[in-house]
Amino acid sequence: MAVPYTTSEHDVVVIGAGGAGLRAAIEAAQQGCSTALICKSLLGKAHTVMAEGGVAAAMGNVDSHDNWQIHFRDTMRGGKFLNNFKMAELHAREAPDRVRELEAWGAVFDRTADGRILQRNFGGHRFPRLAHVGDRTGLEIIRTLQDKAVHSGIDLFMEMTVIGLTKDGDRVSGCVAYDRKTGEFHAFTAKAVVLATGGIGKSFRINSNSWEYTGDGHAMAYRAGAELIDMEFVQFHPTGMVWPPSVAGLLVTEGVRGEGGVLKNNQGERFMFNYIAEMFQAETADTEAEANRWLIEQQAAVRPDPRTAARRPPDLLPRDEVARAIDAEVKAGRGSLHGGVFLDIASRRTPAEIRRALPSMYQQFKELAGVDITREPMEIGPTCHYIMGGIRVDAATALSTVPGLFAAGEVAGGMHGANRLGGNSLSDLLVFGRRAGLGAADFARSNGSVGQDPEQIEGFIGEVMAPLDRASGPGPYEIASQLAASMEKNVGIIRQADELELGIAKVAELAQAYRSVRVVGGRDFNPGWNLAIDLHNMLTVSEAIARAAITRQESRGAHTRRDFPRTDKQQWAQVNVTIRADADGLMTATPTPLLQMTPELAKLLEG
Amino acid sequence: MADVRFRVWRGNASSGAFVDYDVPVTEGWVVLDAIHWIQAQLQNDLAVRWNCKAGKCGSCSAEINGKPRLMCMSRIEDCVIDGTITVQPMATFPPVKDLVTDVAWNYTVNQRIPPLAPKPPEADGTWRMQPYDVDRVQEFRKCIECFLCQDVCHVLRDHQTWAFGGPRFMVRTASLEMHPLDTGSRLALLRDARDGLGLGYCNITKCCTEVCPEGIHITDNAIIPLKERVVGEYFDPLARGLTRILGWTREPRT
Amino acid sequence: MKATPIFLPHAPKPLGTTQRRDRWWLEPLLNFIGFTAFVAYSLWVAFTPVGSHGLNYEWPQRSTLGWTYLSPFYSPLFGPTWWHFSPAILVLWMPLGFRATCYYYRKMYYRTYFADPPACAVSDTRFWQGKPRPYRGETAFPWILQNAHRWFLYLAIYVLVVLWIDALQSIFFVAPTGQPGLHFGLGSAVLLVNVALLSAYTFGCHALRHLAGGNVDCWSCSWLGRTRHKFWAAVSRLNEHHMAWAWTSMIFVGLSDLYIRLLAMNAVPFSRFPWL
Repeated sequence: MAVPYTTSEHDVVVIGAGGAGLRAAIEAAQQGCSTALICKSLLGKAHTVMAEGGVAAAMGNVDSHDNWQIHFRDTMRGGKFLNNFKMAELHAREAPDRVRELEAWGAVFDRTADGRILQRNFGGHRFPRLAHVGDRTGLEIIRTLQDKAVHSGIDLFMEMTVIGLTKDGDRVSGCVAYDRKTGEFHAFTAKAVVLATGGIGKSFRINSNSWEYTGDGHAMAYRAGAELIDMEFVQFHPTGMVWPPSVAGLLVTEGVRGEGGVLKNNQGERFMFNYIAEMFQAETADTEAEANRWLIEQQAAVRPDPRTAARRPPDLLPRDEVARAIDAEVKAGRGSLHGGVFLDIASRRTPAEIRRALPSMYQQFKELAGVDITREPMEIGPTCHYIMGGIRVDAATALSTVPGLFAAGEVAGGMHGANRLGGNSLSDLLVFGRRAGLGAADFARSNGSVGQDPEQIEGFIGEVMAPLDRASGPGPYEIASQLAASMEKNVGIIRQADELELGIAKVAELAQAYRSVRVVGGRDFNPGWNLAIDLHNMLTVSEAIARAAITRQESRGAHTRRDFPRTDKQQWAQVNVTIRADADGLMTATPTPLLQMTPELAKLLEG
Repeated sequence: MADVRFRVWRGNASSGAFVDYDVPVTEGWVVLDAIHWIQAQLQNDLAVRWNCKAGKCGSCSAEINGKPRLMCMSRIEDCVIDGTITVQPMATFPPVKDLVTDVAWNYTVNQRIPPLAPKPPEADGTWRMQPYDVDRVQEFRKCIECFLCQDVCHVLRDHQTWAFGGPRFMVRTASLEMHPLDTGSRLALLRDARDGLGLGYCNITKCCTEVCPEGIHITDNAIIPLKERVVGEYFDPLARGLTRILGWTREPRT
Repeated sequence: MKATPIFLPHAPKPLGTTQRRDRWWLEPLLNFIGFTAFVAYSLWVAFTPVGSHGLNYEWPQRSTLGWTYLSPFYSPLFGPTWWHFSPAILVLWMPLGFRATCYYYRKMYYRTYFADPPACAVSDTRFWQGKPRPYRGETAFPWILQNAHRWFLYLAIYVLVVLWIDALQSIFFVAPTGQPGLHFGLGSAVLLVNVALLSAYTFGCHALRHLAGGNVDCWSCSWLGRTRHKFWAAVSRLNEHHMAWAWTSMIFVGLSDLYIRLLAMNAVPFSRFPWL
């Protein structure tokens, strides 16, 4: 018996209502397209709210030496030159306009003394570049976009989860979704689909992500024939909470270090001075005295002359460097009681300054850990935070390798290369959210309507209904927790071939178990059933990450191999690892050449 | 730590009851951890909304021991009374299932509030605002839309007067009305008790302020100043004339 | 697992129903006791005929020494000859109106006396007698009159000025002989503290906060904006503790009146500071 479903038709359907999805939907609607926005949770709850530190844009408000070229350079260096350079260029050029546009829509950023948008220091950014609102910048951005979107004539579908992309020949023709509250199904027909589904954090045990972060967009695009790139690059944010256990992984903003916070081991030593990689030696302070001078200069009213200024403290190196250093300290027995290290801002700034610049960090530690960060150091450790890899897209239009399928934000790959700089994700989702909306609108305008194939729709529905009908089988929570534990152990911060093999085998074993997964209860707001559906995607992206990781035989950015500790300057410096399904539907990982950079841009990277 | 008995409301729009679960809690747990434990270990279909688990998204609103709170920010040791904790959904909104309620009404209120109408920018295309200009509205923009203020407000909770926009949307309107760049006016909308936001329904009993997890002074900083603006426009010609003459408001409010 | 009988959180409930497990009734109870006591005392003052305790609101009589303690209940003092009731009634309506329309007092008495609601997340009077009661809040008569708070503020500032003069005249005075004099007694201190508390209460008023600068959207782009922001910030600081000022000033007004009344009745000894 066929399960009934409702239908609707739009020019553009945007899947995901975080920053990228909202920005894409606003743009598509402004282009005159009938636009649907599908939101896995309630509107405004997406993970963008968790972004704290700021949005990177080379406006030069605090330090006029900043410009887009330096932002481009910082991004490429942070990404260990694996980035899609066209994306990095567009991103650096357009981010300032996207930030100013938010101001016109009602965002209220912190201000400089002359009334312009204030910018703060962040890891890997040469100048103070992050426009921010205390430490709740993500909330400000999502609320601004949300309020803009509700007045843009967008059809909003809240608490709907997409279970598959339908195709008409080669071209994407829409998607099938279920309503979380009722469990009822809805088929969208669309001339263009934008994926903005965010990341994959739930595949790892310690993570800073919410229940939604199950790699839905990555997995559905892969199944629809799209290519994924750079999936081996999973960012572990160096500073997540480690205690109490129930909040382990919860993010501690990099803004703490931007405001002067320093990392210490259990001997009280500022260990980051021992971990300055060659690439960053020229621009990083190598003594505590110089690092301390930097903090004083940053707080001064007059900007330091870059020729004589103190260099940045090593605590502000890019995230991959810091996460590895913390991991090494803990493994060497110099960690804290609960397996982290110490992040100390109490000894660096006054309590009033800390409460003003980092109010939600103050509140988070006070209420969840009983720690007063104006008096005591925080205990922190790495937490799975972000995936650099994602759907291969065209830089200008965000079109994937499947006609009609666009991707923006964390689900798109290429922008951040091997490692993302803090602050570059909020600017990424604004710049490429807009471009995806434009790209989708153009595509919808220049291509005719699509046909919808009921068999595909019923196929997707049948798949997700099956676990409800089984009388026995493993539960979804059991499989999910085994997957996350294995991924953390075998495909975590430091990797090696035999563990990765184990990880791939475990995914295969769990995928086998998943075929008989059983769900208790009905379809109406049943988290067990919701998880069982998401689990399919978690398994797919976990396999992609592990396969990409075993393919790349070097260490680069967020990908660290114990068995290949060197960064290869030849072969691996020239390729992305591409994940795609072969003719038999099996997952393959193959190196594919990088785009060739123009000489003018290549020149910016020198020095 | 010893087991804690959780009395969790299970049900839907037409029937429901408290069901007891004994949960082995660990140090540092919040109420949401216990709900997740019940969900993973005992009742996979126990419905609850959550996202960030850090007090930043405002999804896990519920009533713990009868008080509207975020489950992710309520430490168990602070909530246990006689070895038990009761958890029920927000009472103001129609139940969907278990701890989940239908909060869609709130989103329709937001749509009725006219967005920012910014004044023209400076010559370089950007705006200037001093730090002391933005402090006031930044407080309102801390709102995470958990809707606990809507839940506790007796105008909505008991009187079900849906012509009132509720504290959340007074805060939202305040963030626009007091925005340094805004040229619009929402005072007529605020005053309109039938088709507007019905500001007058609020009798400032301040429960919204008491439950706000973000510590926004909803009543003192948003609602009362809005009431004062309505008074200034419609009930105090003296002050109205004076402010016009001195040019303290940019344009006549309609 | 043990199920309890059907309970619907969303369904309407009679007055006072709640799942709260703390002593939510304590605050309204204390408010009720404190405020009712004050109202009872005020009514007694207002309706006590003049002269039944002598001239019980002014001591000593201004005409004798040149300085006097005047009870704040009676200031500014009017005494038309045709008026046979307490002069307090002629002036008391001003501060009373100010307090009755004050945002803090509104919260307190809506909760305490009208149970609308009695406490947060405790059912209010909608189902007082079984069937739903319409709710108009402050959108209609009588509570729409609360909008007059602004006008009472103007009157309260006038009264406050007079009270400052009263307090200062109990210290700096001109004797019947025409000689300027200085006096400082316990009563002077009482009147000074009283008027200081009343000032903190009045200058922390929400309506004043609006007038001082709250009605400006962009301070940096308005005429005198920076100054007005400072005024607004100062009022805001007092306003944060409006409840505390409301209670302390109200209690102190009562105590001031009581002290002067007892002096006039010779029930307490007159005390002045020996060095003055």
